[in-house]
Amino acid sequence: MIEFEQVSKRYDDDHTALKQVNFHLGRGELAFLTGHSGAGKSTLLKLIMLMERPSAGRVIVGGQLLNKMPRRQVPYIRRHVGVVFQNHHLLFDRTVFDNVAMPLEVMGVPGRDIGRRVRASLDKVGLLSKEKMNPIQLSGGEQQRVGIARAVVNKPPVLLADEPTGNLDPQLSADIMHLFEQFSQVGVTVLIASHDIALITDMGRRTLTLDDGRLVSGSGRSVA
Amino acid sequence: MSSNKHPRTETRRASQKRGANRSHSPVREAIESYFGHHRKVARDSVRRMLQVPVASLMTWTVMGVALALPVGLLLLLTSLQGVSAGWESAARVTVYLHDDVTEEDADRLRLDIATRADVQEVELIDKTSALAEFRASSGLSQALDYLAENPLPHTLLVTPEEGARNELGMQALVAALEDLRAVARVQVDLGWLQRLNAITELLGRGVWALAVLLAVAVILVIGNTIRLAIESRRDEILVAKLVGGTDAFVRRPFLYTGIWFGLGGGVVAFILLQLTLWWLTGPVERLAGLYRSNFSLTGLSFEGSLLLILGAVLLGWLGAWLAVKRHLDAIEPG
Repeated sequence: MIEFEQVSKRYDDDHTALKQVNFHLGRGELAFLTGHSGAGKSTLLKLIMLMERPSAGRVIVGGQLLNKMPRRQVPYIRRHVGVVFQNHHLLFDRTVFDNVAMPLEVMGVPGRDIGRRVRASLDKVGLLSKEKMNPIQLSGGEQQRVGIARAVVNKPPVLLADEPTGNLDPQLSADIMHLFEQFSQVGVTVLIASHDIALITDMGRRTLTLDDGRLVSGSGRSVA
Repeated sequence: MSSNKHPRTETRRASQKRGANRSHSPVREAIESYFGHHRKVARDSVRRMLQVPVASLMTWTVMGVALALPVGLLLLLTSLQGVSAGWESAARVTVYLHDDVTEEDADRLRLDIATRADVQEVELIDKTSALAEFRASSGLSQALDYLAENPLPHTLLVTPEEGARNELGMQALVAALEDLRAVARVQVDLGWLQRLNAITELLGRGVWALAVLLAVAVILVIGNTIRLAIESRRDEILVAKLVGGTDAFVRRPFLYTGIWFGLGGGVVAFILLQLTLWWLTGPVERLAGLYRSNFSLTGLSFEGSLLLILGAVLLGWLGAWLAVKRHLDAIEPG
């Protein structure tokens, strides 16, 4: 589902964020992406969601080569990649429901389907009762779960999470990881960037480790 | 607002269809959802505008004034052209005949000229009555008594046909009359007509130049307003782009905002023009009456009003489009 072949990313100021990264994540696979800060975790995720382009190598998501993807095609690729952000990027000028509905509106889903799908998604993360609230009224863990509901509401085949448990206590983190496991069980490819070593060890999943832009472990195909 | 009415009927129609036929083709579904989104965005942008009524009203007023000014001047110009057309009808050609032309010949010539297609009427003033008139009007009757004979020639007063009462027609008529053997001199005061035409043309160009400048100003005002709107919704734009919103999707609300600003500005301009017209009509008619002129201010026709509002909407959209093109594409997640 996600394939990196000899991917390098150099920024203008001669800083090399990724060096010849190779890995392949299959359908329904759940993997962690770890490494010290500045090792290139964010850059790797940005390449998948087309916020950055590789300087060399090939990035393939869902069978599509992203390197030379024309700008106007970018939105359509992003619809296949759900993203959970550390700072969750929720909008405080609208309700939880409207936040979660955004990916569907963007895709032009008919109004009557939006309600059904948003509620299904909110139900999945256990926030159905809070659909009419403003996200600012929710706790950090709940906000993160709204972010997750938004990321999966359009059933993307790929789910990325950037430090999704960064600000949460262990219990909440475990809950959220459990959610991600459920998604991978239904065939979603999940890649979670995290430096929470304890949590990663607990989960016992494949772990891609970046060190100064190089992938030092986890590049081989795991038997998920 | 009529534009709100239309989508509502569309919804009703759509729901009727839905009731009759539950299995939707994906194409129709996509189209319905596309228009549904347009409706939603259009409504939403109106709501946002009404949330800050004072700011919106100010933008509308700025647009309204900027639009009303050139349109008002254009209307005034149209009224002036109506007046000059009225004056042209008074234009007559004076034809002085040679001294040796007899009165019978002059009368024959009068009939000849009267058959011309571009001539409405010819009047003969024979030298005797001309002298009598001159004597009466000039107050030189005693001096005239010393003259041995009547120095005045027979004169024809030619009134051109309506179609010929323009510069070209008059020139052709004058040239034809000058070619006649019996004619000594043709006199027509085209000078004032040409001057008036030149002045109206100059004014017309000035007004158009002003209109262009003010249209640019309107576009810039809207552009700036939209730029601020874009800045204040930066987070939303980022999220929309992150979850796969196309450029068109992200632009749409701002383009609608531009359209509503344009519509509001056009309506304000219309109201300003009507108020001004209503306020000026009385005094203008009084003044025109004093000059025995049939001058009156021309108001906006129905088509003109529609054109004004449509033009305003177009300018609003254009301003929004420029702002969106410049500022929205620059907001990229990353």
